[in-house]
Parts: sequence; structure tokens; C-alpha cells
Amino acid sequence: MLTNLINGISLGSVYAIIALGYTMVYGIAKMLNFAHGDVIMIGGYAAFCTATYWNWPPAFAVLFAIVVCTALGIIIEKLAYKPLREATSLAVLITAIGVSYFLQNSALLIWSSNPKSFPNMISIPSITVGSAQISGTAIVTILANIVIMIALTIFTSKTKVGKAMRAVSEDKGAAQLMGINVNQTISLTFAIGSGLAAIAGVLLCSAYPTLMPTTGAMPGIKAFTAAVFGGIGSIPGAMIGGVLLGIIEIFGKAYISTQLSDAIVFAVLIIVLIVKPTGLLGKPVREKV
Amino acid sequence: MKNVLKKWTSLSKNSRDGFINYGIVIVFFVIFQSLLSTKSLSNSLSGQLVPICVYVVVALALNLVVGISGELSLGQAGFMGVGAFTGVIVSTCLQSSISNGPIRLIFAIIFGAMIAGIAGLLIGIPVLRLRGDYLAIVTLAFGEIIKNILNCLYVGVDSHGLHFGMVDIPSLGMEADGITIINGPMGAVGITKISTFLAGIILVILTLVIIQNLINSRTGRAIMAIRDNRIAAEACGINVTKYKLIAFVTSAAIAGAAGALYGLNFSTIVPKKFDFNTSILILVFVVLGGIGNIRGTLIAATVLYILPELLREFADYRMLIYAIVLILVMLVTNNEKAKQLINRVLVKLKLRKAKEGE
Repeated sequence: MLTNLINGISLGSVYAIIALGYTMVYGIAKMLNFAHGDVIMIGGYAAFCTATYWNWPPAFAVLFAIVVCTALGIIIEKLAYKPLREATSLAVLITAIGVSYFLQNSALLIWSSNPKSFPNMISIPSITVGSAQISGTAIVTILANIVIMIALTIFTSKTKVGKAMRAVSEDKGAAQLMGINVNQTISLTFAIGSGLAAIAGVLLCSAYPTLMPTTGAMPGIKAFTAAVFGGIGSIPGAMIGGVLLGIIEIFGKAYISTQLSDAIVFAVLIIVLIVKPTGLLGKPVREKV
Repeated sequence: MKNVLKKWTSLSKNSRDGFINYGIVIVFFVIFQSLLSTKSLSNSLSGQLVPICVYVVVALALNLVVGISGELSLGQAGFMGVGAFTGVIVSTCLQSSISNGPIRLIFAIIFGAMIAGIAGLLIGIPVLRLRGDYLAIVTLAFGEIIKNILNCLYVGVDSHGLHFGMVDIPSLGMEADGITIINGPMGAVGITKISTFLAGIILVILTLVIIQNLINSRTGRAIMAIRDNRIAAEACGINVTKYKLIAFVTSAAIAGAAGALYGLNFSTIVPKKFDFNTSILILVFVVLGGIGNIRGTLIAATVLYILPELLREFADYRMLIYAIVLILVMLVTNNEKAKQLINRVLVKLKLRKAKEGE
């Protein structure tokens, strides 16, 4: 029971970190960035390469993955999304899908479709609490989640750039009139989201150590669900949504059916959305005629 | 001849467009059928003919939801899957009583459409209360749920009738001579292939008839009114939920019919085929064809389905090229600057032509 709970929170923390990327980008650019899951995969491969081919120490490997993903996020934003700022949301969505295909197939060409086994980067011994054993990976994941959450909250509420981000997400036009560089702020959001994706990639691959070009796809969709679950656009919402989703998934696997666990996760999402159409912490949008 | 021309010009633009669409489909059929009978078509391409028809139909159905009703649906492949598996079950059950393939196919398609339509109704009632991106994510979730359930569905048939189960084949408790129809994640195996290119083309034309008549009817106008301005439509007394549901269920049923055709075109079919990626593929057809544009969907689905096939000589790079083409097309057609550039080039060309004309 306790083991399942800890595993659920640990998996949920990974979802939460990915969901933060979705939710921040959605909040600011009002776009569903379907390529986010593949940025996670690239982050995983970047860490994998540095750690196994070049024998870098884990900390540097993670740092390298973050740098790669941040750069990738900025490049994707500049090349593919920025020209479409004024386009319909469906056009941006399809472009994001194109980027997702592009990343997956590039990875397929570079690293082939054979699964790579991810090296163990987290060398912390597991702890035994009562009857439950908590793995080092789970501890690090949960801690990373808490640290990121606190850092992001402080960043968005205290710093000037963070405040600018919130302003842009509320009203782009007004923010521009107040002298905020909207384009730069959006790029920054993408950079932060992609950097977080790199961390999520490393944590995900540490917990499930097989790395394939499609590794990011399913966690990406689930994290997106988590973001919607908590109310898309809301940072604490992404956190709560992610952790709850992880717990539901692990408990569904343990007590109901392994094969149907995904169906259970999505069914819970649907029930939540039917009861609360904008997610757990989402603000209801008032329509004006 | 003159009479025909007169009649043609007296038709409304909508019905003329409709007839041109039927014409395109029939010409496509004649060309490929003659290529097929002279055996000048490569093996891989002739195997793609039925799937092309299937994807055209599913894309047309999705166009009804995305283009005409204006709701983003990401679960279209789920309905296709429901139709495919229903079709396979129906066809296998009827195998002993109806030996005629085409008649069995018709039954399979009708049942596939019915069950998928019922699934669409059950999903549509809760889903259509939501709006925009939330609706999109819920349709995605439903698509995944359908795939997941199909993934652990076991169906067999013996002299007592159908047996359903969610655990495994032995637990179905069939008689010794029972036939396994669907075997969980392995999907349906040992299907008798009864789909034909002709059946596919007939389904495409039938879909065109249904969708074009729906759009040009009172119901269709109500659906489009809701898309353009929900509040205004509601104020005019249009029942929003009812009309949205009509579009959604029709779309699901058509996708189910296409799914049945698809399922009976292969000897094995796995539930994994009907996942999120397939839904996205269909959405790409619709968006690149021009949202709400029927002829565009028709052409885009055909071209984009064959494109990876044509790019075969690039081997591993083909999906990469596909991705780049997709991004570039979206950038060029949706960016203001790119649009202006294209317009300028077009104007210049026209001027040059006019000058040459002088």
C-alpha cells in the first residue's frame, strides 16, 4: 500500500514536471505543444550519450541534457511556432505534430529503433520505511519535483521576468503596451519548459530504463492529460494533476487491472472534466456576447 | 448536349460542387481499376487502394466534426477500431450462413457503422458539454480508452453463439470447435479478406452523398450556425447539443463503416493500429485539405496517404521528409508574410501574362 503510494507519487512527479512544460506554454501561447513529449525523449538520449559514450559524471550529463533541450526548445519555437503567432490554433497544433514527427524520426535515424538501456544515474541507496522500500530514484524524483515547484512559484511571483510571463498569459496586448517584450517572454517560456522536459526525461528513464524514439510519446500524452486535469494554464494545477494521475495509474495497475490502467486514468480525467469543465484548479472562462 | 449544359448551369453552386466531387472519385476509380487490370500498378500501391478509400472516408467523417461542426476531435481512430472489430466479428459469424463475400461485407459495414454510432452517442453526450481544447483532450482520452479496451477484449464463437471475455481465450468456456475471433493484444487473426476496391469506392461515394446532403440541409445549416457563433445560434432557438450530437454521431458511424471495410481488408488486425497516432494522421488530412472543404479532404487524404509510399526510395528519410513537408505547408499557408509573398508572385505572373496577351 505504502510502496504503491510512494511509487505513484514518484511517477506522478515525473508527469507533473512534464505537465509544467505543457501548462506554461499553453498559458502563454495558448497552444498545445504536442512536440513536448519528444523533447523529453531527446533529453533522455542526450543524457544517455554523454553518460555511456563519453563517460561524463551523471550531474554533467543531466546538465548537458538540460542545455540541449533548452536550445532545442528555443530553436523549435523560433523556426516553427513564431511565424504562426497570428494563425488559428489548429494550424499551430498541426505544426506541433509535424515537429513531433520530425523529432521522433530524427531520433530514429540517429539512434535507430533498438531500445537503449539507460544507465543508472542516481546512485542513492533505497530506504526502508516500515514495510515499504523506497528506491533512490523515487526519492530524487519527488525531491526534484518539490524543488522545481518552489523555484517556479518564486520565479513567477517574485522576479520581474516571471511577472512578465504572468502578464503576457493574462493579456498579450495589454502586456505589450506596458513595455513587456512579448516575443522574448514566449521564447523564454519555451526554454524553461524544454529545460524541465530534459530533467523529466532523465528522471523518467531512470525509473523505466528503456530508451526508444517513441519513449516520450505516451508520457507526453499522459502529462498533457495531467495538465488538463489540474486546469491547464495553472502551475499548481499541473503539479496536483500530475501527482494524482501518477497515483491513480499505479493504484489502478496494482488493484484493478494492469492492462486497463491507462483506460482508468483517462476515465477519471473524463469524470473530472464533466463535473468541473475547466479542470481542478482552472478558472471558469466567462463568455461575453 | 445543350440541354445538359443548361441544366448544369441552372444547378446551385453547392450541388455543382457535389457532382464534381463524385466525378473526381469515379475518374480516380476508372484510372486505377484499369491500371489494376493491366497489372501496371506496383504491388505495394495496389495493396494501398482499399486503405486509401478507408482513410478518405474517415477523413471526410472527421471533416464533419472538425470543419462543419467546428469541434476538435482527436479520437477518430477509436471509432474506426470499433467498426473494424465489429465488422470482423459479424463477418466471421455469418461465414457459415452467408457464403457470398460482398453481401457479408455489406452486413459487416452496416453493423460496424451501427456499433460505432452507438459508441459515438455514448461518448458524445458527456463530451459535447465541454468546449475547445478540453473537448479535444476528452476525445483523445476516449480514443485511448477504446483502444485499451479493445486491447484486452477476447471474443470467440461456437454453436452456442458469441462469447465475450476480458481475461483470456480459455476462460471464455467455448466448445472445442469454437473459433477465436479476437485474441486480446494480438487482435483479430485469420480474417477472410472480403474488402474490394469497388466496395471502397462505393463507400466513398455513399459518404459523399450523406455528408454533402447533410451540409446542404436545414440540419447542416444549423450545425454551421453553431460553429460560427454558438450564442447567436442558441438565441435563434437552435438546440446546440442536439445538432452537435448529430454531427458527432454521423461522423462516428461513418468512421465505423470505414473501419469495418479496413478490418476485412487484412488477414490480421491489431488494436494498436487504432491509437492516437492514427487519429492525428486523419486530422492532418483534414487540416491540410482545408478545414471544412470536402474536395480538399478528398485530395489531401489520397495524396498524403500515398506520399510515404512514393517517398520509398528515400528509405529511412521518408517520414522525416513527410514531417518537414507538413511543417513547411503549415508555415507557408498560415503565415501572413508568406501569404503576401505568394500573392505578390501571383499578381506579377498575371501581369506578365496580360502583357504577353497584348
